[in-house]
Amino acid sequence: MHPMTPAPYRVRSRRPDRADTVTLALRPVAGLCPSFLPGQFTMIYAPGVGEIPVSISGRARSGGYVQTIRAVGAVSGALCRTRPGDVVGVRGPYGTAWDLPAAEGLDVVVAAGGLGLAPLRPVIRELTAHSSRYGRISVIVGTRTPATLIYPGELARWRDRYGIDVQVTVDHPDRAWKGPVGLVTRLIDRIVFEPRRTFAFVCGPEAMMRASAAELVRRGVAAGRVMLSVERDMKCGVGRCGHCQLGPLLTCLDGPVLSYERAAGLLAVREL
Amino acid sequence: MNAVVTESLEPLIAELCSRGFTVVGPTTRDGAIRFAEISCAAQLPVGRGDEQQPGRYRLTERHDDLVFGFAASPDSAKRYTQPPRQRLFRMREGTVEEAETEAPRIALLGVRACDLAAIAVQDRVFLGGRHPDPAYRKRREAMVLIAVNCAVPGGTCFCVSMGTGPKATAGFDLALTELSDPHRFLIETGSDQGSEIVAAISHRPATGDDVVAAEEVSRVAATRMGRQVDTDGIQERLAGAHDSPRWADVASRCLACTNCTMVCPTCFCTTVEDATDFTGGLAERTEVWDSCFTLDFSEAGGSSVRGSGSARYRQWLTHKFSTWFDQFGMSGCVGCGRCITWCPTGIDVTEELGCIR
Ligand SMILES: Cc1cc2nc3c(=O)[nH]c(=O)nc-3n(C[C@H](O)[C@H](O)[C@H](O)COP(=O)(O)OP(=O)(O)OC[C@H]3O[C@@H](n4cnc5c(N)ncnc54)[C@H](O)[C@@H]3O)c2cc1C
Ligand code: SF4
Ligand code: SF4
Ligand code: FES
Repeated sequence: MHPMTPAPYRVRSRRPDRADTVTLALRPVAGLCPSFLPGQFTMIYAPGVGEIPVSISGRARSGGYVQTIRAVGAVSGALCRTRPGDVVGVRGPYGTAWDLPAAEGLDVVVAAGGLGLAPLRPVIRELTAHSSRYGRISVIVGTRTPATLIYPGELARWRDRYGIDVQVTVDHPDRAWKGPVGLVTRLIDRIVFEPRRTFAFVCGPEAMMRASAAELVRRGVAAGRVMLSVERDMKCGVGRCGHCQLGPLLTCLDGPVLSYERAAGLLAVREL
Repeated sequence: MNAVVTESLEPLIAELCSRGFTVVGPTTRDGAIRFAEISCAAQLPVGRGDEQQPGRYRLTERHDDLVFGFAASPDSAKRYTQPPRQRLFRMREGTVEEAETEAPRIALLGVRACDLAAIAVQDRVFLGGRHPDPAYRKRREAMVLIAVNCAVPGGTCFCVSMGTGPKATAGFDLALTELSDPHRFLIETGSDQGSEIVAAISHRPATGDDVVAAEEVSRVAATRMGRQVDTDGIQERLAGAHDSPRWADVASRCLACTNCTMVCPTCFCTTVEDATDFTGGLAERTEVWDSCFTLDFSEAGGSSVRGSGSARYRQWLTHKFSTWFDQFGMSGCVGCGRCITWCPTGIDVTEELGCIR
């Protein structure tokens, strides 16, 4: 099979998360859905419109992928408008994974900005499923407004059922908001972790990841123990189109998940 | 060396045709040497030469009967190994039909050493990784490569610096060296298929004199490089040169026309085009050549990553001579000089490399 040929997947369910965001469960029309590692992405093709990379945010009960998509343009918009029963194309999973085994025995900080929570969801599910393997687990989330927060129900469940320290901050509070206001980096002050024995998973807009990773490192977390997921537009996902280059890396093959140790120098170069 | 000599290329071309190959060779067209389908030796550009300088290409009259008296032309093997447009698949009401791979049996006549090196680079990109491309493999396997050892390198050539030429050493089925007085071709074989083809045409064994004469052609060609590059530590030098003021200087001359990437035999970047029929029931996807010189080539979070011309030139040059090693374990440049010749403002990679510290 040509690496650019997608397999047909059917939309099994569609849950609107927020005004512009939906969570789809996708299952192959035929055959089995390949297994994935947390952090990996698929290339999803909206027939006739285009194809975009989307992180896998979980395995569906029906045996397919759960993927959360925000409508920002033509392709993501078309995917968000699909209905159960519709068929899209899916390739993958592709890319590198969050290094969960490396976090075992350590305190864990999960830091998400906006939709960055979607690729971190399988990490948090893994942490909750095997919480005895890790030290203190904290999940900090920054979002534009209370209304743009994705997975609010799950965040509450992770907090209530698994005793994870879950904190959310917003840029712009509404009247009902009683929580913290400001950047997610400020929540780092409010959680408990022992920096020298901590592993961190960070995902969000590049500026958010850069600031969060830098702050964690400043606190004493080793740069090699901070992982982030870099975003570069992708056309192929398999190292043949060149679009996702980040200096020496092809983000689709060498990323998207990288250690801050590896990424810091690259993210510091303007227009790399 | 297992070499033979023929007086004319006519029997070779006829043999290739009779074996079902479409013979593609150099012809003169549009004021340049262009690859085109040929059926006899008379269509080759006998007695034509070229003059190549930064931003300048002219065909010339040679006043001799050399068939291959010119250097790299704007076309390269890339046109056949990785066609400029390829249909990928069609999707119709929930089913996906993969496009039939068109793998015409092409005999490419007149491939230079630098272009063989470029094909090796493309093989690495398309076949060497985790996601090999079966369509590329099929096209490559259907192709016969008949190399020509350069006799008169162009004014923008620097294959000697890149270690890729001017003599073809690997990756060919047959390699020709054109000799004068008397006019003849020394043929080396590089594959079983090449040997079979030679066995089927009239020839005589090469004499010691033929072999010495052929070696002399390649030796002299190596001393006539139009350009050179100091490749010592080039990878590290570029990796550490993000802030060189030279990027802004070259950007002030670069038109971002993408010519350099289109003529480059190793540039492999592509994008995709989507189309639907009027009912919307049929969707079709096509892969087309793309270039890192375009503004929207690299985006993140909805905006261009390399908004400035200097960042885009930096990306291109650094990729060719530095990060290509990180990604594919080899250089992305084979020293063919095409990007220098075909740059409308005469930007010269060899000169830029000398200035970037
Ligand atoms: C590895 C990886 C994983 C990703 N995972 C997810 C995911 O889980 N969920 C998800 O929704 N997206 C994800 N993305 C981002 C997604 O691929 C892009 O949003 C998508 O490519 C946009 O394509 P489009 O054709 O819809 O928009 P385009 O037509 O390309 O863009 C239209 C306009 O939308 C805006 N825009 C585009 N992308 C973004 C963006 N990312 N943020 C803000 N504005 C934007 C810009 O103004 C742009 O001009 C991921 C990207 C990568 C590289
Ligand atoms: S970068 Fe220029 S000289 Fe090098 S292979 Fe490409 S076209 Fe030829
Ligand atoms: S050919 Fe010359 S002007 Fe055109 S993009 Fe390349 S370097 Fe710039
Ligand atoms: S997305 Fe095509 S090379 Fe990475």
